[in-house]
Amino acid sequence: MQFNFLKRFVPILGPIFLYLIWATAVSAKWVSATLLPAPSTTVMYMFHVFASGSIFPDLWATVARTFYAFLGASVIGVPLGVVLGSSPPIYKSVEFLIDFFRSTPSSALIPLFMLIFGITDINKIAIAGFAAVLVIIFNSAYGVMNAKKTRVMAAQTMGVSRFHIFKDVLLMESLPQTFIGLRTGISLALVIVIVAEMFIGSESGLGHRIIDAQQVFNIKDMYSSILVTGALGYLLNLMFMLLERRLIHWGGKG
Amino acid sequence: MNIPTSKNPKRAQVTIQNLCKEFGGIPLYKDFNLDIKAGKIVSIFGPNGCGKSTLINMVAGLMPIDSGQVLFDGKTLTQTKIGYVFQNYRDALFPWMSAWDNIAYPLKRMGMDKGQLQQRVDELIELFEIKFNLKQYPYELSGGQQQTVCIMRALASEPEVLFLDEPFSALDFEMTLFIREKLQEANLKTGVTMVIVSHDLEDAVFLADQILLLTRRPTQIAALMNFDMARPRPPEAVSDPEFISIKSQALQIFQREMNRIS
Repeated sequence: MQFNFLKRFVPILGPIFLYLIWATAVSAKWVSATLLPAPSTTVMYMFHVFASGSIFPDLWATVARTFYAFLGASVIGVPLGVVLGSSPPIYKSVEFLIDFFRSTPSSALIPLFMLIFGITDINKIAIAGFAAVLVIIFNSAYGVMNAKKTRVMAAQTMGVSRFHIFKDVLLMESLPQTFIGLRTGISLALVIVIVAEMFIGSESGLGHRIIDAQQVFNIKDMYSSILVTGALGYLLNLMFMLLERRLIHWGGKG
Repeated sequence: MNIPTSKNPKRAQVTIQNLCKEFGGIPLYKDFNLDIKAGKIVSIFGPNGCGKSTLINMVAGLMPIDSGQVLFDGKTLTQTKIGYVFQNYRDALFPWMSAWDNIAYPLKRMGMDKGQLQQRVDELIELFEIKFNLKQYPYELSGGQQQTVCIMRALASEPEVLFLDEPFSALDFEMTLFIREKLQEANLKTGVTMVIVSHDLEDAVFLADQILLLTRRPTQIAALMNFDMARPRPPEAVSDPEFISIKSQALQIFQREMNRIS
């Protein structure tokens, strides 16, 4: 009983600790209250923006952009990655490009995308999708390349056609790694959407809300929007982990 | 014994002619010839690195050969149904399918309809006296159960030749005895030709109608010994004088080959 209680208590120790430090820093005047509101004030304000509904247009705008970017990136990235992965010579020929752009912070490409797409919603979705598609391609390709050779050989000895070996074995083998790519991809898409909302003239979105609040010195709104953004990222990741555990039941066991 | 599915047992004779295989310019097999009689169980035994597994992988088409040919009753590999059991059962089964679906998979891909498929899997369940739940995923089964599923899957399509690459090496003794018994039964019931690679002389002798002893590389046949002990052989057969005698003969040849300076 006591052990169980401790076990449940341990994961929330970190957040409690942060809350206490934050509260102390404000009440002991280590930080000026005009720059950092008390955590209770921030959290109350966050409840308020949800209760009044004023956060929802921005929240949905960000969720929708992230979702479209992620959807586009998955539809292109997974099949492309699987095809590239099943032919190592072709993958080798584009490996440098993928690794180069994967290592380039996508936010550095925002000006380039502005030239191509202008200051539009499509621009924000395109740049976020671009960031996500690279990690998705990379992971799907490696999922296929690292498929267990024995499983492929087992299917060969059964006289299964190449197409079915691809569909029944290679594709399934790549799924655990593909899911890692999708999970990383959606997190990256969110990051880039927020950045794009801040710097590519925007009328909506959490990024826009954060930068707007900062400009007019609405500190409470800025912090609560940051918290909401964080919670959104956390929930997206959690959602994918749960989905992964359900769909890829053999992950790490096979 | 009644043979439910194989009214005309399919059993193929395997003929290996002038097989050559090099690795990095060093010949492993040079003009290697071998006949494996239809319906027999042949064990392959030899020194480490002589290419026992390489040999069956080449015959089963998992590894290309440099020259020579392999025929199954005069047919090529693509015209022949084979089964293959790997040493590493964990990596051989499909973990995203239940054990049952694993066994049924080759049948499904052969285009067998649901009813026939169900019937064939039921026959295998009966033959192997399966007591555990086949609706489980492979990673939920013990090692011995997984290897049993591998053998059932390899036998599902009623192959003419069944290849087994060190099938016992990752199993405990209890499971080894069980699988030895089941392989003998499968051979008696279906008449499938079996080629078993083993690094354990007792396993090699126990199942074999013929024991193929190989030399160090470049690999040649050191001896092809017949072992006609009556079947089914019970576990106690290992202490039978006939068994002990053939095993010690094989050991002598093996040691002679080990000590030969190449």
